[in-house]
Formats: sequence, structure tokens, C-alpha cells
Amino acid sequence: MPDIVATEPPKPGGDRWNDLLSLVADTSDKEAFAQLFRHFAPRVKAYMLRLGVDGPGAEELAQETMISVWRKAGLFDPRRSGAATWIFTVARNLRLDRLRKERRPCLDPDDPMLIGESLPAADDLLDSGRRELKIRQAVAALPPEQAEVIGLSFYEDTPHGEIAQRLRIPLGTVKSRLRLAMKRIRAHLGEEE
Amino acid sequence: MTCPSYHPPDEMLMAYGTGSLDEASSLLIATHLTLCRRCRIEVERIEAMGGGLLDSLAPESLSEGALARVMTRLDGPPARSRPPQTAAVAGMPAPLWPYIAGGVDALPWRRVGPGIQQVFVASGPIARARMLRVAPGVVIPQHGHAAGEMTMVLRGGFADAGQTFEIGDIEVAGPETIHRPASDPEEGCLCLAVTDGPLRLTGLLGRLLNPFLDL
Ligand SMILES: [Zn+2]
Repeated sequence: MPDIVATEPPKPGGDRWNDLLSLVADTSDKEAFAQLFRHFAPRVKAYMLRLGVDGPGAEELAQETMISVWRKAGLFDPRRSGAATWIFTVARNLRLDRLRKERRPCLDPDDPMLIGESLPAADDLLDSGRRELKIRQAVAALPPEQAEVIGLSFYEDTPHGEIAQRLRIPLGTVKSRLRLAMKRIRAHLGEEE
Repeated sequence: MTCPSYHPPDEMLMAYGTGSLDEASSLLIATHLTLCRRCRIEVERIEAMGGGLLDSLAPESLSEGALARVMTRLDGPPARSRPPQTAAVAGMPAPLWPYIAGGVDALPWRRVGPGIQQVFVASGPIARARMLRVAPGVVIPQHGHAAGEMTMVLRGGFADAGQTFEIGDIEVAGPETIHRPASDPEEGCLCLAVTDGPLRLTGLLGRLLNPFLDL
């Protein structure tokens, strides 16, 4: 690993991770990768633990996720998402691959069959960070019982059932809360139904 | 090409984006996303929530020397392009390609009724996905469902209960739904359907067809 970092000092917040990830993609910068690793690997491990993966498994998945981050860095497109969001999708897909031994059918943004624009609207293009911040603010503004089902959705292995059990509410209530939450988020972002 | 008018329910998009959806249902959602910008934006939003969540989780330290071990495994520079995929199937969205290798016509279609053929493409413990091919102007016998079924148009279209379903549109049927879809009189219909329980057919023809459809 080089001792001297030949890059500008990282900017605060999400932009910093985007820049580091782009450095990995463009110049195979191992020091940039190490910085991403120090921030994200322990969080990916925490995510796996919350999903019920045991300690050694979570450790392995966190390391494998970061190796995937290196290998796939060239596919990261900061116009589409921030680094944290992209790393979340890598971790999510890797867990499904490894633990479920199932295929994970995925959208291909270069698919010739794609209908409609592949990229976000032009006025949003330059700033995935601001776009994602608005989404997180919309989630934070939800009524607590709706924010709760959204948050819990990220930590279950089968849809809705585990939340229903945990909160002792019917499955239908979980679904209707999720629908209400998504509707509110759309309204918050200024979209009509 | 216009965007679909009938989308999967929000909680399905949520399950897809968070990573809890089964393979057969994910196949339907990923295929729909190819055809629907509105739902692509929804899923991107859910993933952005996941990113925010990941960023805010309290870190769990990794074992001693984990970074060094990972560093030794970084073989070669990052890839510049997507790894080669299964061979393309012309005219079909990419998520379907591995399931229909060789093309739609080469699938082991089984006749399940006059003008109706089907083939299972993905089966799991929770749900099964099949393709349905219906000749032009065929009315599928009135039937209900033991659980839920989502049917998405890939080619042609169908009409049911006064609504018209075209490419990318998803009809969601619950246990209470009794329907009687009719395929497009000129193009017929090619659909991807995901069922999370056996079909229950009603009516006389339904009873006759039941042993075929309810695999
Ligand atoms: Zn849609």
C-alpha cells in the first residue's frame, strides 16, 4: 500500500465516498479502496448480522462484498446512485447469491428492450447525492409506524411475514403501511399518483 | 414505446429492493422494471434508503488483518464492463434470458387447453413462474386462485373485466378474484405469470381444465 496518498483530501459526506469509488474504478487506487473498506466493511458486517447471519458468516460476506466492490467498481455510475447505495446493492445481491443459492434476476440498464430513459431526469443527473438526501428526508418525515415497517423491511429474509410477527400485526397491515409510506414519499418528493 | 399502466404493488417493489423477494417473483419484477421507468425510479428510491441505512449502521469491527487479507485478493484492475451474460434472446427483456435459453419457440410448451400453452420457467418453495402462450381471441376459462397470481404481458395483450393489458402491464389477482381474461384478437398473448399457490378453476370448463392448469 502506498504511504503517500496522491489525491486531494476527501470532501466530507457522500461525495467523498463517490470520489474514492471513482478512483478505484479509474486508476485501481488501492489506498482509495482501503478507505472505502475501513468505512463500509464494518457496516456491511453489521447489516449481515442484523439479517441473522452468524458472526463468521457476516465477516466473510463483508469481505466478499468489498472484493466485489473492487471488481465491479467500473460499473459504478455516480449519476445513478451514491457510493453507499451502490455498495448496499452489491451486499444485498451477494447475500442472496451465497446464502439462498438462488439466481437473482436483475435489471440490465443496457438492455435493448429497456423502455423509457435509463438515467434519472436531466435536472437530477448531476447530483445523485442531493436526490438521495431528499429521499432519506422523506423517510425521516414519515409517521413512526410507517418508518418502522420501512426500516424493518431491510432486515428480513422473506417479505413482510417477519415484520408482522415481530410487531404482532396482521400481514395485511404491514402491506398497507408500506403502501401508505411509499405514497407519502412520492407526495413528499412532489409526485402525483 | 409507452410505459405500462398497471404496476406491481408497492410492497413487492419494496421486497425486491430490500432483497427479500423469492426468485420467481424477482424474475417478474426485474422483467417489469426493464419495461417500466416509473417502477425503476421506485426501486432506485428503495435502494437509496438501503444506502442511507447502511451508512448509518453502527460499525461491527472485522477480524484482525481483514483488510490486509482482502488486499492480497484484489486480482487485476476493476472490470470496465459487465461480465458476459447468457446468450441474448431477441425481443425478450434480459432478466428472462437465462430462463428461456434457446428462445421462446424452443421451450417445452405443454398444451393446457384450446389455444393455451404453458411452460414453467422458475420454481421455488414460495412461488412458481411460468410463461403462458395464448392464441389470438381465446377466452381463458373463468377461474379463481387459491393464493395470489400476477400476470404480465410480454407480447400481444389481453382484456379482463373491462381493462386492457399491454406489454409490461401486470394484472394482480388475489384469492377473491374470479376472472375470465380474453387474449388480443389479432396478436394473442405471451405472458409471464407468477403464482404463489395452485390455481382454482370455477365453472364446468374450469373443472375440466383444472387438472391441466393446476400443476
Ligand atoms: Zn411499473
